[in-house]
Amino acid sequence: MKQVVEADLHAYVDGAVMGDARAEIETWLASHPEDAERVRAYAEQNAMLRALHSHVLDEPVPAAMLAKRSVAWWRYAAAAGIFAIGLGSGWLTRGMFIIPQIVSPSLARQAAIAHAVYAPEVRHPVEVGGNEEEHLVRWLSKRLGTELQAPRLAPLGYELVGGRLLSGSQGPVAQFMYQDGRGQRLTLYVSRQRGEPRDTAFRFSQEDRVSVFYWVDGNFGYALSGEMRREQLLKVADVVYKQLNP
Amino acid sequence: MVDRHLIVEHIPRLRRYARSLVGDRYVAEDLVQDTLERAWNKFYLWRPGSDLRAWLFTIMHNVFVNEARRRRYEIEQPMEEVPLVPVRGAQSEQLELRDVDRALRSLPVDQREVLLLVAVEQLTYEEVSNALGIPIGTVMSRLSRGRERLRQLLAGRSLISLKVVK
Repeated sequence: MKQVVEADLHAYVDGAVMGDARAEIETWLASHPEDAERVRAYAEQNAMLRALHSHVLDEPVPAAMLAKRSVAWWRYAAAAGIFAIGLGSGWLTRGMFIIPQIVSPSLARQAAIAHAVYAPEVRHPVEVGGNEEEHLVRWLSKRLGTELQAPRLAPLGYELVGGRLLSGSQGPVAQFMYQDGRGQRLTLYVSRQRGEPRDTAFRFSQEDRVSVFYWVDGNFGYALSGEMRREQLLKVADVVYKQLNP
Repeated sequence: MVDRHLIVEHIPRLRRYARSLVGDRYVAEDLVQDTLERAWNKFYLWRPGSDLRAWLFTIMHNVFVNEARRRRYEIEQPMEEVPLVPVRGAQSEQLELRDVDRALRSLPVDQREVLLLVAVEQLTYEEVSNALGIPIGTVMSRLSRGRERLRQLLAGRSLISLKVVK
């Protein structure tokens, strides 16, 4: 007879084993009382756990759950966002005090702060959702005074969550947010740069827990931020860069 | 546009799962509310034809884990070595569901999630693996540890006496 392993016992309890395999396990259980006792106890657990809050299924669904929150919460999000910037900068700068020089807020820093503020946001991560991508891009393009585009990162597993307009040290900033199936988020920060148009190389900066790849292209600075390893972020940054500079 | 009734259909089950997961009624309602809000906003990310329920559980898991990090759902630390369930005189005496709830609450969150998705929501191991974003081997080991711990908690001291008899 085939050796019955731990996973088989669970599969048996959960009804995931059929036919001959099921009969085989039953034969095994007949001669292995300890396993049989566990199987009995686990099946009982299943029944008890199902019974535990089954009454909830019959309760009427609270009306609040059926209503999508309307326009008002966008305003609330904007207000909360302004407040959160203060907190976020404080959090990020804490670690910076040990650096014995004054660091002017660079593109990478600002992008990392904006990432740290909005990426953990559950309720209001963006002002306009990715489902209104066209509207989002048009709106942000208008505010930044250039034709923006939201890179397509779906082939890498990242979907556009949406975006928001932020205020940077050099004027309006667009932030696009992406998320993968596990909830890991990336943000692309686009800001107008003061001075003569210039191009820079692709650069990396580690801002506290946030990794940032950034570059300047003409009058605009781009920064891709994520709480992940450099190599992992580089793959995405590479794609973003190529899409924006075809 | 969002086909909302598709999601609405799943609300009762989401509520039950949230309730089992966090215990407290009001905290559970918050969790469901946050999950739904996120689901409405991200419905475009759902691939039609894929399992909507599993997708909703994934969102709830993400919301739960994110919020837990920020301590909003106040997850209690699992208690170790604590006799959570009063030992009952007769083994035949039926365990009360309240005891089951307490024992469940003492499981580490990651084991509790897997156990509830398998036992109550009856997701397949593969669906659980997808919903929680963990390998199937991890699903099995959490399930195994969770069930065994729950069994020991609910069996009280009878487990020890069983060993003595043997």
